[in-house]
Amino acid sequence: MACCQSYIPDYFAITDILSTEERISCKIEVELPGLGFLDSSCQSENLKVGTKVEFPLWLAEPLKNLQNSVVSVDIPKIYKEGYREILEADAEVIVLSKWNPFYYELGMHVRKFSDRDYEIITESLLQTFKSRFQLVMDWSQNAMSDPTLSIQLPRLERDLFLIGQQAKIRLVEWLKMGTNELVVSEITTNLKKRKREQYEFD
Amino acid sequence: MYGRKGFKLISELDLYSDILPFNEALIKEVLQEMQSLYDANVANSNAIRNDNNMALLPSVQLRHIALKRNKRCILAYIYNRMRKLKELRWELGSILPPEINTNLINAEVQWFQSYNKSLAKYMRSLGEDHGFNLTTNMVPPKTLYVEVKCVEDFGKLELDDGQVILLKKNTYHLLPRSVCEPLIRQGILEHKST
Repeated sequence: MACCQSYIPDYFAITDILSTEERISCKIEVELPGLGFLDSSCQSENLKVGTKVEFPLWLAEPLKNLQNSVVSVDIPKIYKEGYREILEADAEVIVLSKWNPFYYELGMHVRKFSDRDYEIITESLLQTFKSRFQLVMDWSQNAMSDPTLSIQLPRLERDLFLIGQQAKIRLVEWLKMGTNELVVSEITTNLKKRKREQYEFD
Repeated sequence: MYGRKGFKLISELDLYSDILPFNEALIKEVLQEMQSLYDANVANSNAIRNDNNMALLPSVQLRHIALKRNKRCILAYIYNRMRKLKELRWELGSILPPEINTNLINAEVQWFQSYNKSLAKYMRSLGEDHGFNLTTNMVPPKTLYVEVKCVEDFGKLELDDGQVILLKKNTYHLLPRSVCEPLIRQGILEHKST
């Protein structure tokens, strides 16, 4: 039985923590005393104004949102106009997970950086998802599809793909009237597999 | 960069779906990082108060954000393990297999026991003074008895009516469904559907 989380992304959400680790290039606007070591090329003790650093998103976002912004941030290139145009042209052929495995989740954070592009990035994310969703749906409904497919998808689509595949399998089972069988818990199967591996290893 | 170790904790959760040994060493490193962040902040904020040196403020804010991030990582690590444990209770029943038990720390074992207690108390309070086991019949039953094959030596099993049967490897039995269901999920019996 799955115990669901109440809302997404919540404080404990693994995907949100993973996606906010993404590096964002920032420019220091206020001198940071004693933190020179955060920039590996910096020799001095302090982080000087104008230094370019790569901060993870979880650090860059609140620093920018402080009353007097400590950093100014640059939106990652995959959400900029050039890349948006590529997606507009044909979103289905792109291996989106190579751009970023958390393309959508990161995009939802990044769009807040720019007042000007806020609407445009949101719209672009939605359109990209819409046009790719059909593809994901198609793949998940074909039992014969390539197992490497799921690696090519960013996390959100991959999860949908796996859920879709499972739903398909359960539907087929149900149509064969075979739902009444009691099955071994997945956890037990995994444990047994590991035991066997260990045994062979010894 | 701050927060790297906390991130490592979380990516470990993400990589493996089952419960791994509690990563105490890494937790300790994260806590150490938090301690040094805290110490630096205390020193700086004292300097701000005493010398009115406001130039230090941005650094304090940066460290504070890093502290909060580390806290989030650790809490998420503990919370997500707990969630998995909760799922195990519903899948495998109140006794955990030794492979999983050895991966837990004391606090987690205690939590699991008190979760068991709460659940048992709740199930006892349901129904007319018999209680009601919520973990049975996860799929709608069609027959009261099911045919099962025993895949592991289990030993004696006492049924509700007091009858004792011996579950030996490679024997077939016709048993009440409610008795078999947990054993099938644990992989001791195998359901033979006709």
